[in-house]
Amino acid sequence: MNGTSHRQNPDEASALPPAPAIEVEHLECGYEGKVVLKDVSFTVRPGEIFFIIGGSGCGKSTLLRHLVGLNQPRAGLVKFLGQPFSAADPATRRQILRTFGMLFQGGALWTSLTLRQNVALPLEEYTTLSARDIEEVVALKLRQVGLVGFEDYFPSEISGGMKKRAGLARALALDPAIVFFDEPSAGLDPVTSRKLDELIREVRDTFGTTIVVVSHELASIFDLADRVVMLDSAQQGIIAEGHPRELAASSRDPRVREFLRRDDLPKPGA
Amino acid sequence: MSQPSEIQPARVTVNAVGEGCEVVLAGSWQITDPRPSWAKLLGAAEPKRVTVRLGEVPRWDTSLLLFLLEVEEWCRQRGFYFNSEALPEKIRVLLAQMMASHESSVPFDRTESFLATVGLATADTLAKARAISSFVGECVLSTVRLVRSPQRFRWRDCFTEMQQCGAMALPIVSLVSLLVGVTLAYTGALVLRQYGGDIYIADLIGLAMVREMGAVMTGVVLAGRTGAAFAATLGNMKANEEIDALETLGIPAVQFLVLPRILALGLMMPFLVLYSDALGIIGGLLVAYGQLSIPPAAFWAEMLTIVDLSDVASGVIRGVAFGVIIGLAGCLRGLQAERSAAGVGRAATSAVVTAILLMIVADAIFAVLFNALGI
Repeated sequence: MNGTSHRQNPDEASALPPAPAIEVEHLECGYEGKVVLKDVSFTVRPGEIFFIIGGSGCGKSTLLRHLVGLNQPRAGLVKFLGQPFSAADPATRRQILRTFGMLFQGGALWTSLTLRQNVALPLEEYTTLSARDIEEVVALKLRQVGLVGFEDYFPSEISGGMKKRAGLARALALDPAIVFFDEPSAGLDPVTSRKLDELIREVRDTFGTTIVVVSHELASIFDLADRVVMLDSAQQGIIAEGHPRELAASSRDPRVREFLRRDDLPKPGA
Repeated sequence: MSQPSEIQPARVTVNAVGEGCEVVLAGSWQITDPRPSWAKLLGAAEPKRVTVRLGEVPRWDTSLLLFLLEVEEWCRQRGFYFNSEALPEKIRVLLAQMMASHESSVPFDRTESFLATVGLATADTLAKARAISSFVGECVLSTVRLVRSPQRFRWRDCFTEMQQCGAMALPIVSLVSLLVGVTLAYTGALVLRQYGGDIYIADLIGLAMVREMGAVMTGVVLAGRTGAAFAATLGNMKANEEIDALETLGIPAVQFLVLPRILALGLMMPFLVLYSDALGIIGGLLVAYGQLSIPPAAFWAEMLTIVDLSDVASGVIRGVAFGVIIGLAGCLRGLQAERSAAGVGRAATSAVVTAILLMIVADAIFAVLFNALGI
């Protein structure tokens, strides 16, 4: 598919290295007095597919919720495209929120709205587009995720995979610079999961959208990731950072090697 | 968006070339910003051939596609030539997609023919009637099982529900009942004072509260408070597949979840009705003393001349029936809820409406019945 557009024109190379899309500095995350992660620092480059990986309960989704502002960090800083986000005033925060989209685990579609209305809502909130233009954009986004003909269905009338695709169309509605995915493969069959992975790659390849994925699906990690950070619950932070194949081959940490073991993955052509 | 000062707004230059024109797009095209209008740029001009190319465009998104679509449509409607060959491949592919979705986007028609609508409504009504009958039947069977083996009943759940729908409801029942007594007294006083029958306010308040208002007002309060809570709880449990989990263990949801709730309401309603009666009478007594100068002892003595135990019993019987109705309606709607947040909300609303409707019907039946029995 050809997802959203944004970014600088890929044909024009800039002399200066681009600013990081996301900068996380000494972030401390937790809930109600309990620290889940501490001293988490990393950067995500523009146009990168970046995975946050780790075992169940290590704090992947917690980190994601703190990155996108659903929870306030206990300490540290998150910057999007050079702008501080976690401590921003409400107006700046709203401005920054426009630059990223998020696909929640279950799609998180608003059940009382049709798919068309779900995708149209961010456009109605953040743009001055006419109703006709909004219709055009919505039709395009739903076509890009393969939901032509389902525009007027309610979320309860479509399958889980379709909900995720509709959620992606909504996340891409404002052509965000960064898209976050929370466990995109969860609950999907392998074929649908692979198709969603292809969608993610195409969003990035076409427009250079920065992609951040929280997942523990090895197939997706090895297939898509340019770089990963691996979290560990015992250490309450990052224990590895790099390309998944390099980490799997040469990490000195047995936890990393064990997590990235690919013995169970199907071999190409098998 | 990181460096707003560097961002040039989207702009378009139109250069006349023979009978046609060349359109050069420049600046940042972002969907959240305003974009130039092709119709305004063109004015009265009618170029026969429109060639579009990109100038300095540091960033672009669907906003640029919308502009190109506007130009393409304008050309197509007039039979003019739209030349997009100078555009990058990516943009041409996206524009083709947008044109395709523009042509194929047909609103989904949910309308049905009259006959189909009537047929579907009839089938739906029959299905609902069947579901209600089946639910009531299951409740009766579960009650029989409870009587046969009370040790297997979830008494702890029942006591928790009794606390929730009984003790926890006292503040709101108190307030509503007291105010109903006050309102009735003021309204009655308006008429009775004209005929010098001030003292009969005690009869009015006593009979109205004990026979009708105590049970009805408690029922209405509990329908809104407890019935809706039952529907929301069971609806959420259904959405989370908790009820499916019970069924797969062979535990009927009615026995495990519904019966303790209905029994709790049925057991607590008599006490709440009596409490409501008392508060309503106190409210009336206060008004009678304050506005009509009727001493409390006189009020009480006059009330006892007309209110007897059969009146109290009729109110309590109504209350028990209302409690069962509220429990049934709340649990039924909860179990019928769609597996979504909106479905749970609709179930809660429906539970309250159903309970109040059935209570009024039951109240009318009781009125006729008690009249026939001379109670």
